[in-house]
Amino acid sequence: MMNRRDFLEQSGKFLLLTGAAALAWDSVLAGQPEQAPNYRMTDHWWAMFIDVEVCIGCGNCVRACKTENDVPAGPAYFRTWVERYHIPKKPLDPLDAEDHPTVDSPNGGYDGFPERYEEGDAGKSFFVPKLCNHCAHSPCVQVCPVGATFESPDGVVLVDKSYCLGCRYCVQACPYGCRYIDPRTNTVDKCNLCYHRITKGLTTACCESCPTGARRLGDLKNPQDPIHELLRLHKVQVLKPQMATGAKVYYNGLDGAVR
Amino acid sequence: MRQTFKDAEHLLRFAGLFAVGIAAFFALRAAFIPKGFGELGHYRAGALEDNRQRLPRFAGAAACGDCHDDVRQTLRTGKHAGVHCEACHGPLAPHAADPIATAAKRPDPLSLCPVCHQKNVARPAAFPQVDAAEHAGGSSCTECHVAHNPGLE
Repeated sequence: MMNRRDFLEQSGKFLLLTGAAALAWDSVLAGQPEQAPNYRMTDHWWAMFIDVEVCIGCGNCVRACKTENDVPAGPAYFRTWVERYHIPKKPLDPLDAEDHPTVDSPNGGYDGFPERYEEGDAGKSFFVPKLCNHCAHSPCVQVCPVGATFESPDGVVLVDKSYCLGCRYCVQACPYGCRYIDPRTNTVDKCNLCYHRITKGLTTACCESCPTGARRLGDLKNPQDPIHELLRLHKVQVLKPQMATGAKVYYNGLDGAVR
Repeated sequence: MRQTFKDAEHLLRFAGLFAVGIAAFFALRAAFIPKGFGELGHYRAGALEDNRQRLPRFAGAAACGDCHDDVRQTLRTGKHAGVHCEACHGPLAPHAADPIATAAKRPDPLSLCPVCHQKNVARPAAFPQVDAAEHAGGSSCTECHVAHNPGLE
């Protein structure tokens, strides 16, 4: 058995080493410089407000996003897209098969929405723009096997393209279907809230090009941000609240038929 | 100490193997885990900077008013006050950076205006919309409307 002197000797050495390691770790963390000189991540918590009652389905946001972020052309690749919901007038016979809502999103709304419905027959008809919801408790972040997708300290769910394996687990896990595989790199891509713009004080490309103000970027940590007023004055909902994802895209006027 | 470790060389060899294994583990870990991983969370901290590496293609409405203040004043009082410049004029970051070298193109009204104002059942009823083909019999929108300050006609 070890005697007391040896025990003290061994434990002393151990403690010294752990203490030194702890100090070294602290210096590593402290030494991480802020990359964008005036932008401090901890000062921001990004969200978005979308007003379904105002969206006109022009498709500006879809085109702007594809242009700004070099998204591949074609109907399978979108960082943001617009859906048109059409809910016919309730028929007298509740078993009538015509009763169900229909959704369409021709090329994601990139070329607008050609008229499909007669003026008289619409019970309700509206557009719903969709994008990554930058969930606070994101399922995609949870399932990534390597840590290639993550939530930044300012609330944006980002993808590390150099680290992504292309396993597609996150594509499957996202309840909103907002992730896709970029065919050029075989890695995952999705809306990153135009991180290269918002960290410089610009707004996202989709909000910039929205003519009606249906889409508005918001910084929840900024007390002067208009999003606080919008959230207070409107009855807001998130998509799929039952999934408890902590989604940060808030919709005004979201109908129950929207999935 | 010597008394404790008498007849225990086999244990020492075993401990030595473990020590080598653990050292090898930490060495490989240091080699394979990329720099910055784990600093801010379970991800590579450098990815934040990677996501910032893109040149904006849209300059933002604030940039346009610096030179085009007259248009900004016209817009301010009209129905298009909330419409940002690039919503109609397209991405203009190169033009904002160097206005002489990169000219901006004036959009064609008949191709542009119906994108928003074409009659569509799914659009809010209060939103001004017309059937572009019938509304003006094929003449250009700007023959009657001032694009930056469209009147109520």
